[in-house]
Amino acid sequence: MPAYSEKVMDHFMNPRNVGEIEDADGIGEEGNPVCGDMMTFYIKVNDNRLSDVKFKTFGCGAAIAVSSIVSEMAIGKTIEEARKITPSVVAKELGGLPKNKYHCSNLGAQALNLAIDDYQRKQGMKVKPRKRRKNDHE
Amino acid sequence: MRKVYLDNAATTPLLPEVFEAMVPYLKDMYGNPQSLHSWGDDAREAVEEARGKVAALLGADSDEIIFTGSGTESNNFAVKGLAMAQQSKGKHIVASAIEHFSVLHSIRSLEKQGFELTEVPVDKHGLVDPEEVARSIRDDTVLVSIMTANTEVGTIQPIGDISRVVKKSGAIFHTDAVAAVGTIPVDVGELGVDALSLAGNQFYGPKGVGALWIKKGVRIIPFLEGGVQEGGRRAGTENVPAIVGLGRAAELAGAEMKSRIEHLSSIRDKLIEGLPSRIEHSFLTGHPTQRLPGNASFCIEFIEGESMLMLLGHQGIAAASGSACTSRALKASHVLLAMGIPHEVAHGSLLFSLGVTNSMEDIEYVLEILPPIVDRLRSMSPLYAKYSKERNRGN
Repeated sequence: MPAYSEKVMDHFMNPRNVGEIEDADGIGEEGNPVCGDMMTFYIKVNDNRLSDVKFKTFGCGAAIAVSSIVSEMAIGKTIEEARKITPSVVAKELGGLPKNKYHCSNLGAQALNLAIDDYQRKQGMKVKPRKRRKNDHE
Repeated sequence: MRKVYLDNAATTPLLPEVFEAMVPYLKDMYGNPQSLHSWGDDAREAVEEARGKVAALLGADSDEIIFTGSGTESNNFAVKGLAMAQQSKGKHIVASAIEHFSVLHSIRSLEKQGFELTEVPVDKHGLVDPEEVARSIRDDTVLVSIMTANTEVGTIQPIGDISRVVKKSGAIFHTDAVAAVGTIPVDVGELGVDALSLAGNQFYGPKGVGALWIKKGVRIIPFLEGGVQEGGRRAGTENVPAIVGLGRAAELAGAEMKSRIEHLSSIRDKLIEGLPSRIEHSFLTGHPTQRLPGNASFCIEFIEGESMLMLLGHQGIAAASGSACTSRALKASHVLLAMGIPHEVAHGSLLFSLGVTNSMEDIEYVLEILPPIVDRLRSMSPLYAKYSKERNRGN
C-alpha cells in the first residue's frame, strides 16, 4: 500500500458527494477501465456557479480520494474558479500524493473540466475538444 | 480489532520453532564456517546439517544444494548461470508466460547477450500444456524454465510431464519451485528436473535465504565470485542463522506436510466456495483443483484491487492484489493477463494466501467483512452503474 496522507485516507474512507445527478447540466468522464481508473463527474450549474457536484469512480484509493476532494472543492465555485482546480492544486489540497499516484489528480481535475465543457457546449458555447489523457498504464 | 494475515504468498510468518533454532547462531555461535577453529567448526556443522535437511525435503543429495540469499537470487543464478554454461550449444530459452519476474527479467537480460526467448502460453486456468513446450523447443534450445506452482493464482504445473518432453531435447530443465517447496510434496527425482529454486520465507523460514538445487553433473557459471563458499559457486560468508532457520523450516515442512495440506485445503475450500456465492460477479482464478492448498485467488468485477485492500486492511485483514494500482509499475498482473483475463477485470484481482496460522474463523471473518466492502465500492463505481442500467434495460 502506498503511504497516503491522513487527508487522502479521510476522503477515501468517507468520500463526499458520491453519486449521480439525474438531471445534470454537464457530465464529464475521464480515464478508462483498462487503465484501472475511471471517473464520471456530474455538475449542476445555477447562475454560473456549481451548485452541486457528484461523482462515481472506479479506481484505487487515490482515485477515490481525488474525486471526493475535487467535488468538495468545486461545489459553490463559479465556472471560472472551478477551472482553476488543477492537478497540482488537488494534490496539494490532499497533503500530497505518492509519485506513482499523481496521475490520479490529473484524472480528477480533467473529469471536472470535461463536465464543465459539456455544460458550456449545451449552453451553445464553442469549447475545444480536449486531448484524451494518455494511457499511462500500458 | 481482529487481525487476519492472509498474505502468506508475500511471506509466511516465522514459526517459533524456527526462530528458536536460529537464536544461538545470532548470539553465541557467531563463527565463520570457513574458519579453522571451534567457532568455525560449530557454524560449519550447523550449515551442513541444514543442507542435509533441505536436501531431505527434496529427495536430493546434500552436495547438490547451494544456499543463496533469496528465491529471486536462486532464479537469477539458475537462469543466467545455466544458460551461460550451455551457450556453446545454443542460445534459445523456453519459459512460460507466467514465470516470476526474477525468471523473466533474467531472460530479458540474457536477450541483450544474444539469447532468444520463446514464451509458452498458458490456458485460462494458468496451466502450461507439455505439448506447447515440445513445440517451442528447437535444436538450439539450451534451457527450459517452467515454475512448479504459481503464487498468484495457485496453479500447479504438470512438471513431470513437461520434464519428459524436455529430456528428449537434451535441454536443461529448471523449475522455480519457490511457491511449492515446503507447501506441497516436491521430489526432484519424481519431477525429473535439472535445477530447482526455493525460498525460506515461503514455508515459515526466515527471509533473506533461499537455495538452488542442481543435479550432480549439471554445469553452472558461478553467480558470486570470491571465496570457496558453496563449492565456489556462490561466494560470500554464509548467512548462518538464516541457513539454520531454512533447515529447521524444511524439517518441519517435511514432518507436517500432510496435516498442513489437509488444514489449508479445508479452509481454502471454504473461502473458494463461500466468496463467489456471497458476491455476484466474482470468480476464482487459477485451476479449480490443481492448485496450492493455501491459495484462494479471485477477480471481483467492476471494482479495483487497491481500494479493496485498503478497506480490508481497515478491518484488520491483510490480502494482496494483481491490480495495476497496487504495483509500483502500475501494470496489471502479467499472470492474469496471460490467462486471458481482460485488463479491467484483472484490476479487481484479490489474492488470499492462507497459512498454517490461519483458522476457519479467519475465513468466516473474511466472508463476513468482504461483501459489504464490495457493495460499498460498487456503489461508487461508474462501471457497475453502467452494468446495472444495461441489465435493467435488458429485463
